[in-house]
Amino acid sequence: MSSIAPPPSAAKIPEATRLALYRQMMEIRYCEKRAHDLFLQNLVKGTSHLALGQEAVAAGFGVAMNTDDYSFCTYRGHHHTLARGASMLSVLGELMGRQCGLMKGKGGSMHLTSAEHGVMGSYAIVGAHLPIAAGAAWSAQYRGTQQVAVAFFGDGATNIGAFHEALNLACVWKLPVVFVCENNGYMEYTPIGAVTAVENPAADRACAYGLPRQLIDGNDADVCYQAACDAYKKARAGGGPSLIECLTYRHGGHSRADPGKYRPKDEVEEWMKKDPVVLYRIRLLELGFAEAKLDEIEATAMATLEAATEQAKASPPPELASAFTDVYADGGAAWRN
Amino acid sequence: MAQLTYRDAVSAAIAQEMLRDSRVVLLGEDAAAAGGVFKTTVGLFEQFGAKRMRDTPISELAILGAAMGASMTGLRPIAEIMFSDFLACCWDYVANQIAKTRYMSDGQLEVPLVIRTANGGGARFGAQHSQSVENWAMAIPGLKVVAPSNAADAKGLLAASIRDPDPVIFFEHKAILGNKCEVPDGEYVLPLGQAAVLREGNDATIIALAAMVPRALAAAETLAAEHGISATVIDLRCLVPLDTKTVLAHSARTGRVFTVEENPRLCGWGAEVTSIIQEEAFSSLKGPMIRITTPHIPLPAADRLEDEVIPTVARIINDVRKALGK
Repeated sequence: MSSIAPPPSAAKIPEATRLALYRQMMEIRYCEKRAHDLFLQNLVKGTSHLALGQEAVAAGFGVAMNTDDYSFCTYRGHHHTLARGASMLSVLGELMGRQCGLMKGKGGSMHLTSAEHGVMGSYAIVGAHLPIAAGAAWSAQYRGTQQVAVAFFGDGATNIGAFHEALNLACVWKLPVVFVCENNGYMEYTPIGAVTAVENPAADRACAYGLPRQLIDGNDADVCYQAACDAYKKARAGGGPSLIECLTYRHGGHSRADPGKYRPKDEVEEWMKKDPVVLYRIRLLELGFAEAKLDEIEATAMATLEAATEQAKASPPPELASAFTDVYADGGAAWRN
Repeated sequence: MAQLTYRDAVSAAIAQEMLRDSRVVLLGEDAAAAGGVFKTTVGLFEQFGAKRMRDTPISELAILGAAMGASMTGLRPIAEIMFSDFLACCWDYVANQIAKTRYMSDGQLEVPLVIRTANGGGARFGAQHSQSVENWAMAIPGLKVVAPSNAADAKGLLAASIRDPDPVIFFEHKAILGNKCEVPDGEYVLPLGQAAVLREGNDATIIALAAMVPRALAAAETLAAEHGISATVIDLRCLVPLDTKTVLAHSARTGRVFTVEENPRLCGWGAEVTSIIQEEAFSSLKGPMIRITTPHIPLPAADRLEDEVIPTVARIINDVRKALGK
């Protein structure tokens, strides 16, 4: 495999940050593969939308955030949740419907939320969270906190009204919000190009809102990290929103029900050569990082995963009474006296 | 006490809460600088400034989405959806996002916001600007639903809605915005979930909401004066929380129950209320409960037609007399 040098703008990323990016991608890679295995064992119920192949976006934009920044994710949101520091145990536990899950089984795979890590929910109605992220940014602006809100979404979300309403409002109000489009080429089962009026569904629309066109390599963690830093800096300085389209690829199908067979074989092969985790390992070695250090990161991630898996399997299901909690602020579900 | 219109009571409540709590902000179409198309926010832009009173584009998704994101992160937004019919444009936020986030997050996130919206008919606006959609909101777990019938309640209940930690849909009835009554000066807050018994009688219990309340009261006066029927009139004020204690007690006392509903008949709020009464007070009933509603039709625009289909004082009188055989 040929190596790729980090692009000039990302050439000076500190060593510790690069190791954090690699650690984050490895944890996501391992955890997502395990989620798939647990599904095959019928331990993960319902549906799940894996982010295998899209790790660099989550790592780059996640590592660049401050701890009090806000993430708004989609139903394909395991990677973004892990990238803010939520534990593998709490994520796998939620997928398995266990008491140890992030929301104790009340949300499931598509709604991962970890407020303590700034993960303000995963939204399963496509595009709905873009205006919500704009609202969180409005709140940060109003309170003068310097926080940034980041909305992650797929290419399919660019064709829904909420995308355009959020972009317009965010620009008019100059909100500290960063819109990150993970363009993995497919709107569920349909090639995005077949249903979109422009070639790059997010970047080509930026001009409609007076924003610069930003199209980046979403499989390069350094590039994602650098783009994130620049966008967050602009937002914190009062420069308003950014819209960044990250080109990436799903290694699997849309969801657990989809083997993704509609994708041309050579297209899949080309993108598998651009596996963000593999490429980043090569880059780190070429930059002089010790292989033993990378091995150690992988081993630690795997050990954490093994422990999390066993703990999640041993965790009891939620208490039945919890089905009736937290409908209203008094903690319960009472709608009458 | 001062005589205030319903619309002025709305702005008085917002001003009261904005003075009290710097987290309270308002956003909506023409809601800030223009004072609202129904003049329910007049003066607030001048008093509180552009930072707290935000004009938005015609973007209902952005209005409710932004209100939601702000409420999850420390603000207390009041979002105005100009006509309640437009809730259909942003129903995802009402039904899927705002209502369910506390539950799905296992209580990690809360969404303390108010959606104010002009509801109801009588203005000859036709089928897309006249609906009574309070029953839509009532069907969604996680929401509170408030619909005041007079200026004093509008002030007290809106203040309570803004303070409430749960999302509240606050229906302002556009046909009675000019109605005046005595409204307490100074800080005034009413509890959510308490019906008001406006009149007590022994022969019938009439349960109404919003603009149907003054009609029910007028009907009750005539029934007493001209037909020897003494009726209790209950103003529900809130559909969620629902004051079933008051409803059940007064339904059992007279044994004859009538609902007066502006929403179209199928799955209107009275269907739930009468269902509760028959489950829990069946033995006290002396006859069938009667629902007086707008028929299951879109609202027509012409005054003659609109007046025909929304329950009138005459129709309430007629239906009560017919049921009681008087």
